[in-house]
Amino acid sequence: MAEHPQKPANLIKWFDPRNKSLGSWAFILNRITGLGLTLYLFLHLIMLGQLARGPEAYDGFIALVKHPIFLAGELLVVAAAFIHGLNGIRIGITSFGIAASKQKQIFIGLMTVATIAIIYFAIRMFTH
Amino acid sequence: MTQTWHVTYEIFRKKGDQPSHFDRFEMEVDPDEYVLDGIERIWAFHDRSLVFSHACHHSTCGACGMLVNGVEKLTCITSIRSVTKDGGVIRVQPMRNFPVISDLSVDMTDFYQRMESVGHQPVVTIGYEDSKGKFNTEDDLLRLSDCIECGLCISACPIAMTTPAYLGPAVLAGAQQSGDLNPCVLELVDSENGAWRCHSAYECTEVCPSNVDPAWRIMDLRKKLVSRRIKKFFGIK
Repeated sequence: MAEHPQKPANLIKWFDPRNKSLGSWAFILNRITGLGLTLYLFLHLIMLGQLARGPEAYDGFIALVKHPIFLAGELLVVAAAFIHGLNGIRIGITSFGIAASKQKQIFIGLMTVATIAIIYFAIRMFTH
Repeated sequence: MTQTWHVTYEIFRKKGDQPSHFDRFEMEVDPDEYVLDGIERIWAFHDRSLVFSHACHHSTCGACGMLVNGVEKLTCITSIRSVTKDGGVIRVQPMRNFPVISDLSVDMTDFYQRMESVGHQPVVTIGYEDSKGKFNTEDDLLRLSDCIECGLCISACPIAMTTPAYLGPAVLAGAQQSGDLNPCVLELVDSENGAWRCHSAYECTEVCPSNVDPAWRIMDLRKKLVSRRIKKFFGIK
């Protein structure tokens, strides 16, 4: 068969939701949240590096991240974790032929759970 | 009573190495006509240089797959009413993830070779299995396979967009339906560019005009591949 060069330039088209079905929306959401969580992991490691600069530097940093902007960022991390984790369960189940024809219903159900959890955490984070 | 709609066809044009563009054709149509009827009329009365593929006009040959307003459609069974409104636009493009030969026609040679290499059977026994269950019969009657090899599923697949080496939904579904996972087929489907490359976007099943449900078949194929590996590990035949 013919050679098939990869087309990485088309990768950006993965994130184009126009004219796409619910399965693609789940596909796009999983990639965005996955990339977001990976970015957060690096930021988290940099933040932990503050510990090496002594307790005062760390306490100053902790005071800074209690600002509402940082809290909103943390809420995004929580949201990404719920969406990515629960969608991952759906993919894990359906990827081996279990309930593959019910993937839309499973996605809607799990995202409803994710939404409830995100709202719960938002209330907890911004009222305490 | 027959209705008349005024619609604008925007047709993708590409000849050789020339840059692509869209040509616009204003048309008076019956909304219950099919998108392909309008394309044929453009070819017959407006531009004889328009290249497109079609044959049977009743969704059996799979030749007229195109992108209609951004969605993969078999144009011979897609009514104008279902894709636009009176005064609206019908933008027609060739399928994605295939090399364009000219205008709306794409080169599907490689796809047909892949179908053959995984043992896809165009004619199958009447007893069959799909996502709704297994249907057994003692009759040895034959029927045409659901897959009409239109390529719409490959056009809609985001993975095929970035990795042309990926076998694609129709080919993997063909392997699953044939049921003959011989070493040659296994080498193709149980590989990096086979069943494991699918990222579960399910667009293939959404656009399939023939109830093949390729996504389900890929997942079922994975189940069979895992089962084979487990049996092999424990030395079970």
